[in-house]
Amino acid sequence: MEKNQVVYDIMEVCLLAGKIMLQSGAETYRVEDTMERIARAFGVREAHCFVTPTGIIFSIESTEPTKTKLVRITERTTDLHKVALVNGVSRRITNGELNIEKAFRALTEVEESQLTYSTIIQILAAAIASGCFLIMFNGSWIDFLPACITGGIGFTSVMYFHRVVPIKFFSEFIGSIIIGILSFLFVNMGIGVELDKIIIGSVMPLVPGLLLTNAVRDLMAGHLVSGISKGAEALLTAFAIGSGIAVVLSFL
Amino acid sequence: MYILQHLLLSFLAAAAFGIIFNAPKSSLIQSGFVGMLGWMIYILFTMNGADAVNATLIASFVIAVASQVFAKLYRTPIIIFIVAGIIPLVPGGMAYDAMRNFVENDYNIALALAAKAFLISGAIAMGIVFSEVINQLIRKTAITKKSES
Repeated sequence: MEKNQVVYDIMEVCLLAGKIMLQSGAETYRVEDTMERIARAFGVREAHCFVTPTGIIFSIESTEPTKTKLVRITERTTDLHKVALVNGVSRRITNGELNIEKAFRALTEVEESQLTYSTIIQILAAAIASGCFLIMFNGSWIDFLPACITGGIGFTSVMYFHRVVPIKFFSEFIGSIIIGILSFLFVNMGIGVELDKIIIGSVMPLVPGLLLTNAVRDLMAGHLVSGISKGAEALLTAFAIGSGIAVVLSFL
Repeated sequence: MYILQHLLLSFLAAAAFGIIFNAPKSSLIQSGFVGMLGWMIYILFTMNGADAVNATLIASFVIAVASQVFAKLYRTPIIIFIVAGIIPLVPGGMAYDAMRNFVENDYNIALALAAKAFLISGAIAMGIVFSEVINQLIRKTAITKKSES
């Protein structure tokens, strides 16, 4: 009975680590690798996990019947800081610095930690990135400020609408429509010059770059299911942005 | 002057993307550097008449290699550095042009642009995969050498 409890505790720790990583946007193979490493460090001889972007199945083989648990993942954000933190915890576990209880506490701390940057700083970063991309795509400096403003507002509206209606496609679609209208207004008022460049620059913060890279890396690592579903998600985002801009353009 | 401007802006843009993706504060400078490196290679190749697809392939390869080095050095997941570097190479402008031509019922130009954008995305993926393969080869030879000695 005592030993049973230990196995369940190990599973708890592994699943928590995997859950945090998956929710924060880590690659599938890193999630599986981390979970198996933690299990091995705690002396489990055989552990199997199956990770998809929407759930984790994890099972541990022991002398008793195999124990299996399932965790469902519904909400995914991008928080690379948490991925790095969990990575650090798992490194410490493999080095034997943490026992099961301490590891669980460390992971709970990571899960409850707030985002590294406040929303305002993130919006400012999106605005600056939009302006920089405008110049990098051979835009003129006159359009720098309009691109910053539209990019910032576009990013804000995506964040806001995502909170109101938790459908990613919809919030990105609305966000890009707002970007299109704002850039058109700027050009119409004579503040901006090139409509195309302003739109391209301010759309960049919404581009699914992380999903695209993760999809490729997962596919190459042999995680076909997650690779394809992440690729589909990236495609859907690109489609949302494109159709939002297309709606605005078709009314010009 | 032109190059200097691009150097500074690509560094800023990549670091800003690090903030959007909530990358750890200590890795912002490195991810900015990776982004700058990739964009410089892309710009220099396209300025000297290379095709955008080839330039993207080489740039993304270099980005992935640099990210691997940083990931080893700072013991952080590689994805933090790769993402910030890749973003400038994403063919946003071309996809936009394709979309615009679709809306204007100019399907021939639109399809050509869309195909080009697709090829560039493929080139980004290929660059990452190549560097991954080389990394694994190096690791494998290192392990076999260790076990032999």
